[in-house]
Amino acid sequence: MIRIEEHPILGKPDERKEVAFTCDGKTLTGFEGEPIAAALKAAGIMIHRYTKRQHKPRGIFCAIGRCTDCVMVVDGIPNVRTCVTSLKEGMDVRTQYGVSARAWTGEEESNDKI
Amino acid sequence: MIRYDLIIIGAGPSGLSAAIEAAKRGLKVIVFDENAKPGGQLFKQIHKFFGSKEHKAKIRGFKIGEDLLKEASDCSVNVMLDAVVTGLYLDKEVTVKTGAGIRHYKADAIIVATGASENMVTFEGWTLPGVIGAGAAQTMMNLYHIKPGNKILMLGSGNVGLVVSFQLMQAGCELTALVDAAPKVGGYGVHASKIARCGVPFYLSHTIIKAEGEQYVNGVTIGEVDSSWKVIPGTEKHFDVDTICLAVGLSPMSQLLKMAGCKMRDTPGGFVPKCDKNGATSIPGIFAAGDVSGIEEASSAMIEGRISGVATAEYLGFISKDEAEASIKKLEKALFSLRQGMFAPENRGKAIEKTEEGINVSASLLKNGFVEASEIERFPGFTKQKGLHPVIECTQNIPCNPCQEACPKNYIKIGEKITSLPTLNEAGECSGCGMCVASCSGQAIFLVDEDYGPGYASVTIPYEFHPLPAAGEDGRALDRSGKEICTAKVIDVKSKKAFDHTHLLTMRVPAEMAVKARFFCRQEGENE
Amino acid sequence: MSKIKDRLIDMGEFMPMPGDDMVICRCEEVTKGEIRKAVHDGMFTMTEIRRYLRTGMGLCQGQTCGGLVKRIVAGELGISPLELEPAASRAPMRPVEMKVLGNEIKEAQ
Repeated sequence: MIRIEEHPILGKPDERKEVAFTCDGKTLTGFEGEPIAAALKAAGIMIHRYTKRQHKPRGIFCAIGRCTDCVMVVDGIPNVRTCVTSLKEGMDVRTQYGVSARAWTGEEESNDKI
Repeated sequence: MIRYDLIIIGAGPSGLSAAIEAAKRGLKVIVFDENAKPGGQLFKQIHKFFGSKEHKAKIRGFKIGEDLLKEASDCSVNVMLDAVVTGLYLDKEVTVKTGAGIRHYKADAIIVATGASENMVTFEGWTLPGVIGAGAAQTMMNLYHIKPGNKILMLGSGNVGLVVSFQLMQAGCELTALVDAAPKVGGYGVHASKIARCGVPFYLSHTIIKAEGEQYVNGVTIGEVDSSWKVIPGTEKHFDVDTICLAVGLSPMSQLLKMAGCKMRDTPGGFVPKCDKNGATSIPGIFAAGDVSGIEEASSAMIEGRISGVATAEYLGFISKDEAEASIKKLEKALFSLRQGMFAPENRGKAIEKTEEGINVSASLLKNGFVEASEIERFPGFTKQKGLHPVIECTQNIPCNPCQEACPKNYIKIGEKITSLPTLNEAGECSGCGMCVASCSGQAIFLVDEDYGPGYASVTIPYEFHPLPAAGEDGRALDRSGKEICTAKVIDVKSKKAFDHTHLLTMRVPAEMAVKARFFCRQEGENE
Repeated sequence: MSKIKDRLIDMGEFMPMPGDDMVICRCEEVTKGEIRKAVHDGMFTMTEIRRYLRTGMGLCQGQTCGGLVKRIVAGELGISPLELEPAASRAPMRPVEMKVLGNEIKEAQ
């Protein structure tokens, strides 16, 4: 149970509208207005992107829009910070590969220099 | 170009406080904040604050934030959210990114209250998903009601690490271990004790060697370090965790001040502007308040903000020098009282051997996070007597006195100097109301009745977890180190509005355990 | 930058050490070894390191790696991090898209 239904100090979360969105084509649900990253975390998704150079996985790190590790391609736009962007009904969220919206073709080399 | 008397950058506790004081004196103020919600980190603080009544002691951080927002709205303070200040230029011009474009603003005075950002520490695997900042954990659980993980290792034993560890447990997570490379706990002893008695093991003088996992964290290895921070071979310890939380300090986010050309100085605590006691930097009209001028806490940030707000009102001629000095003097007094005691800025890094009263501090508290049974007897709040009485396990000098204020029978005494350790007033008596237990922000006060019944004692503890045990339940009592010491039966659970979500759980234990039993664990398993 | 007589220092050869493959700048994936080697290549100031390696020029604009890079460079130079001038702070303070930067909103808000 990743969502906290009733918190000992904060009680129950405010009433929110449940909405559907897709992540890499798979339909998930979350609450309208919460950060996309929160909905992904509740769905058990840890990896948001793979880095350009070493092709390593990254996810939520600072959760306040500063570190930019949680960026994904949202509705076709890359480098969207999912921890400070609100979830909307029908959003198309995709794992980001590198720094653009292009998916990798499988021919990219891992640029591991050291 | 839109002009204001005062532009404040940052709508956190210090920015909002500054805006309130300036607006009250007639200035046209605007506050810019890059976040979607105001209040900075204040709304993530669900614990009760320390200090005294003027510092909002025993009030939870987010409630203080709500009050601050209301005060700001009552003064018609203009706060623009999702407004990123991208530059602070000559002649106090700022460029602000709002929505899809950039706007220019100018003011006759600027207060930079941008706060701080988290420090980083590297170890193998630190970029794996599952490694998060302590602030991230707070944001997820206290703002978005999401558990940051199931099994967490916390790195850092300063107040942030200790407080967030407790909050993680309140959110239902398991705190597998608390680790710090330093040999001593950095934060308040009472924050450490709160988690130690729940069974959280402390590993001081340890560092993270590796965060394990291919795609995300599924384990961690730590190791003991020697005096030159090198891992001692053979001391490796492995834990199965899915989350590693980093709480290794904060640094001021002072880049805007540097850009504006303020004289800066690089200190071990961060890169800060040179400013006077009112926050005035080397550039006339530009002020700095809150954590950006030096890391302290929210309570100090709010007072610093108010001082800067008054100072800018005087700088711009809205009030006279005398009026300003009178207001600032009062605020400085409040700030001064916060900067006292063992954790005062001037005492940072110092090894303190004795309390102000001359009592040897608890060595175990600093090394393991809990006071040993043999050490607790030294402290004035710990007494053994007939009948129901409070046992106050407050062992460090911190400016804090809600316990004294809470007792309706004047039984608890701290006095004028609010860093003094609480003692019991001989002239008073205990009515068993439990207000002291609920009001202690450090959850360090217990009610004990050593003659509860033949062979039994009762111990009342503060309890802030779900699920709440019920009267009649059987379980086990844990001592200050989190070790199970005996069976315990819940006699009573009191929940009152005046306790503000701190429930009072009274358990019956064998009489000889009255001096040790400090936490209750249910029969089936760990309290989650 | 008062203690370092810039060009008179002979940094000597770059010696690889364990831990050199640790990623320091998370955005640009610059490793500790690359930073240490840059000092041996003659980059002694934070601004030079930033231009040479792109540490602090990625999406987060140095928010995350600043302190770490400073410590490594200072360590390599044999000085305290406090003696190293931080890299220049320049607008924009946060990543801004070009189309936003170019869209100056003139009307009163």
